Amino acid sequence: MKLSKKDILGIKDLSREEINLILDTAESFLEVSTRKIKKVPTLRGKTIINFFFEASTRTKTSFEIAGKRLSADTVNISATTSSVVKGETLTDTARTLEAMNPDIIVIRHSAAGAPHMLARLVKQSIINAGDGAHEHPTQALLDMLTIKTEKGRIAGLKVVIAGDIAHSRVARSNILGLIEMGAQVTVCGPAMMIPRDIDKMGVSVSYHMNDAIKDADIIMMLRIQLERQGDNLFPSDREYSNYFSLNNRNIKIAKPDVLVMHPGPINRGIEIAPDIADGVKSLILKQVTNGVAVRMALLYLLAGGA
Amino acid sequence: MSEGKEKMKTKKVVMNAEEIDRSVTRIACEILEANMGIEDLVIIGIRAGGMFLAKRLRDKISRTEGTEIPFGILDITLYRDDILTSNRKPTLGKTDISFSLDLKKVILVDDVLFTGRTIRAAMDALIDFGRPKLIQLAVLIDRGHRELPIRADFVGRNLPSSFWEEVNVCLTETTGNDEVVIEEAKL
Repeated sequence: MKLSKKDILGIKDLSREEINLILDTAESFLEVSTRKIKKVPTLRGKTIINFFFEASTRTKTSFEIAGKRLSADTVNISATTSSVVKGETLTDTARTLEAMNPDIIVIRHSAAGAPHMLARLVKQSIINAGDGAHEHPTQALLDMLTIKTEKGRIAGLKVVIAGDIAHSRVARSNILGLIEMGAQVTVCGPAMMIPRDIDKMGVSVSYHMNDAIKDADIIMMLRIQLERQGDNLFPSDREYSNYFSLNNRNIKIAKPDVLVMHPGPINRGIEIAPDIADGVKSLILKQVTNGVAVRMALLYLLAGGA
Repeated sequence: MSEGKEKMKTKKVVMNAEEIDRSVTRIACEILEANMGIEDLVIIGIRAGGMFLAKRLRDKISRTEGTEIPFGILDITLYRDDILTSNRKPTLGKTDISFSLDLKKVILVDDVLFTGRTIRAAMDALIDFGRPKLIQLAVLIDRGHRELPIRADFVGRNLPSSFWEEVNVCLTETTGNDEVVIEEAKL
């Protein structure tokens, strides 16, 4: 099967079959990263531009490594060291990059919809590496791959997503993907951080961690965005932590085989206790490993592989 | 060309289950003879057709010699020279070689040897898993029409065919019965 898409802009545009194709392809790519020679010649001669307008360690490195393991040439640009600081518009920057004939452009931008605008503007394939509070499709795909490889399936599982749901592109993409794949999703957090009408996405809502996690198969914690502290969404880190962290006390309520995920970077001791983040139930580092395979799969499929 | 599509495809069985089994048995013996035993011997099957034949070869050799020999599966999709250009899209499968090939005698197994391009891709892939002492090629069918300077060391049957015909090795593991058929190409 071939992915009949020019761009990967959001999970919203992907069908169950397409998500399955991406996950199956990614599973085959997992093995490449375990070899002594971690490189296959598949995308020789292809150029991939990673254009990051926002800070990123794992997503940017992950895309770069994914491209390199497929033998593509990867070029990284950060907004702070590009002509963006001289006032060049996104459109002009995009046209400039297009004129250098890359094959795929990966973009992260603080404005929701920036990758979509780019996709309409240029002929190259665009991959959304996070746009504002909108979508982060590659994160959701790597999370779904992690769930699938650890639990053997996605359909029928109970997944709790806890934290600042309203501002989280990770939550949005995961909700869309998990619901499409047949999981039951519950979101949990302080009322200020749960968007009104979120139930229309097909999720249940809980305002209490203990209620939410007691029958969960997967608990996905979100990073509390400390840079939003000024928005007065919650009184203090400590109060947030008291009510909405995952810790040694409340994890005991959950099922013995529950697994814990976090997209990173983590705030140790705020949304997740260090013992949990580093413990046996944690999939945090597996998520990072799987991220490379998912991004290899997407680059491969967009470049014309199957 | 539309008439051709409607026409019944002619299909001829060129090897039955018994003949396939005899060929595999003979190849197993030839491998042992040529390598003077199983020291450093590993068997790698090319996904998908070669994988099942490789398993059968491994079982026969292991039974004769009384010890299991290492076995791996190779998917060559990522090494194909036409992966981004061809319209025929083989689905990517898993490679499973859990040991180093350094100094090993690798028996590479495929069902049909045709243009040789699959074998070229497979050899490139194998080299990424180490530096084998040697690579030998075993195929059930050699149908000719080579486009690269490649030949097999062990051949079940040489089958003269037209370039436009299709030679299919059906195996119980996938289709439920063992036979080799030659068919007119799908147009």
